[in-house]
Amino acid sequence: MATTQDGDTILETEGLTKEFRGFVAVSDVALRVKRGTIHGLIGPNGAGKTTCFNLLTKFLPPTRGTIRYEGRDITGMKPAEVARLGLVRSFQISAVFPHLTVLENVRVALQRARGGSFDFWRSDSLLKSFDARAMELLEDVGLTAYARHNAGELPYGRKRALEIATTLALDPRMMLLDEPTAGMTHEDVGRIMALVQRVAKGRTVLLVEHNLTVVSGLCDTITVLTRGRVLAEGTYMEVSRNPEVKAAYLGTDPGISGGEGHG
Amino acid sequence: MAEASVVTGAAAARHEEQGFWGFTRAQAIAFLAMSAVVVVSPFLLYPVFLMKVLCFALFACAFNLLVGYVGLLSFGHAAYFGMGAYITGYAAKAWGVPPELAILMGGAIGAALGLPFGWLAIRRSGIYFSMITLALAQMVFFFCLQAPFTGGEDGIQAIPRGTLLGVFDLTADFTMYWLVAFIFLAGFLLIHRIVHSPFGQVMKAIRDNEPRATSLGYRVEQYKLMAFVLSAALAGIAGGTKALVFNIATLTDVRWTMSGEVVLMSLVGGLGTVFGPVVGAAVIVTMQNYLAEFGAWVLVIQGAIFIACVLAFRRGVVGEIGNALRVKL
Repeated sequence: MATTQDGDTILETEGLTKEFRGFVAVSDVALRVKRGTIHGLIGPNGAGKTTCFNLLTKFLPPTRGTIRYEGRDITGMKPAEVARLGLVRSFQISAVFPHLTVLENVRVALQRARGGSFDFWRSDSLLKSFDARAMELLEDVGLTAYARHNAGELPYGRKRALEIATTLALDPRMMLLDEPTAGMTHEDVGRIMALVQRVAKGRTVLLVEHNLTVVSGLCDTITVLTRGRVLAEGTYMEVSRNPEVKAAYLGTDPGISGGEGHG
Repeated sequence: MAEASVVTGAAAARHEEQGFWGFTRAQAIAFLAMSAVVVVSPFLLYPVFLMKVLCFALFACAFNLLVGYVGLLSFGHAAYFGMGAYITGYAAKAWGVPPELAILMGGAIGAALGLPFGWLAIRRSGIYFSMITLALAQMVFFFCLQAPFTGGEDGIQAIPRGTLLGVFDLTADFTMYWLVAFIFLAGFLLIHRIVHSPFGQVMKAIRDNEPRATSLGYRVEQYKLMAFVLSAALAGIAGGTKALVFNIATLTDVRWTMSGEVVLMSLVGGLGTVFGPVVGAAVIVTMQNYLAEFGAWVLVIQGAIFIACVLAFRRGVVGEIGNALRVKL
């Protein structure tokens, strides 16, 4: 893959490799995500999707390879620094702050705009200035009625919606979503897909998915991983016709494979 | 609040609006009740016993700040408490430092120790964090055993209480009590403010889900370290105050069993509750005082209470009451 970066590429990896005690989870992955697109990273269980995802967000250090974001080498950065550059991730297991209220969950992300919050002597009532924006974000994901509930009490699908609202609160340039529909009921899947589509406007989204149906409707480009390697890349139509991709999904109809799984 | 109107009735009932100093209504009532007890009790009970309760209550609250609101279980808080006691005691006795300053020096040594210790310990989490804090506290113990200024096995004895602000002679227990009560209430309110500050909001987010806090761009180590130092400083103040109350600072204050006792107090009262550590400290200190005649049986009874708490009331006394009344205490 070309090393020169044009303005269209927001995130690019080269030779990205992660080994765990000899086991190669991700091997020589070259990924190129175009600005403003929804890019899907799919593959069967154990394909290295989540590892790849954790490498991109710096939650894991790569064994080899480089990651460039907005033309800048972020390979050696810490996760919090990457987040500050506008590259914000979600988690496979719904990542909310269970003992904070739904409103506080979003507000703690908005609070980042203050810079460091080390002022322990001041009242948190000054955070109320973020309430209006937090409520807007909650309205976007249909959670207004739950604003004062503890986030831990929300049903699973709503937690995912809250997580997306929290991520959006940072106004990220690029969102990385780790299996946003994992373990969801059918209606919830539809709702989250619609939500992702809506919030992707003006941003770039990289989506890790196990469920091919989800990516078919959403993604502009799809990268298929198997055994830590890139197997195919292209539009849904292109990759779904690829015989190797079909084989990787063990001969099952890719369209019906779904449910939970670790990448 | 304008937003409240869009919230359904059931949802609104769940979280009351927080009023003065971040207290909910239930907490404000509990705080007034606690303050009333603090004011009235010296007229009914032995002030030295009450001062002991208040010193340990502040210590437990400082400890709870870390475990209850950041999720860091320190097993070495005796180091800050004990060094606070030694430094306050030494300053008051050897240098003739006035009590208010001596106590602040106790807090300063707590913070000064907490900074490098916390910096080391927060590199790990869970049991490893606890073990590092324990190991560092053991090093402090051996330092205190060997260092000449601590008086070794004898400790620092006959520490003068001095004259507060050059006006109030603290030799009388009753006068001393008001100073201790003031320090306790001020410390309690400070901790409550910390929990309900912009900083506290981040602290609680880290407790709830550290990777998520990181992914939002928070440098969680810095927040943890700050909380650690604050907790250590308050523990030092509690230790220093206790040294003045009893005119003595000894190895007991810095021994690992003291670290264990503060864990026990917080557990019995209720981790992560505002009033739990105070109740826990009162229960444990009362037991130690009034069951002292049973000798070693105190430890057995303490152990039994600990087991009962862990098995039956996981939320602690205050936590269970709060849960029964469906309020946050």
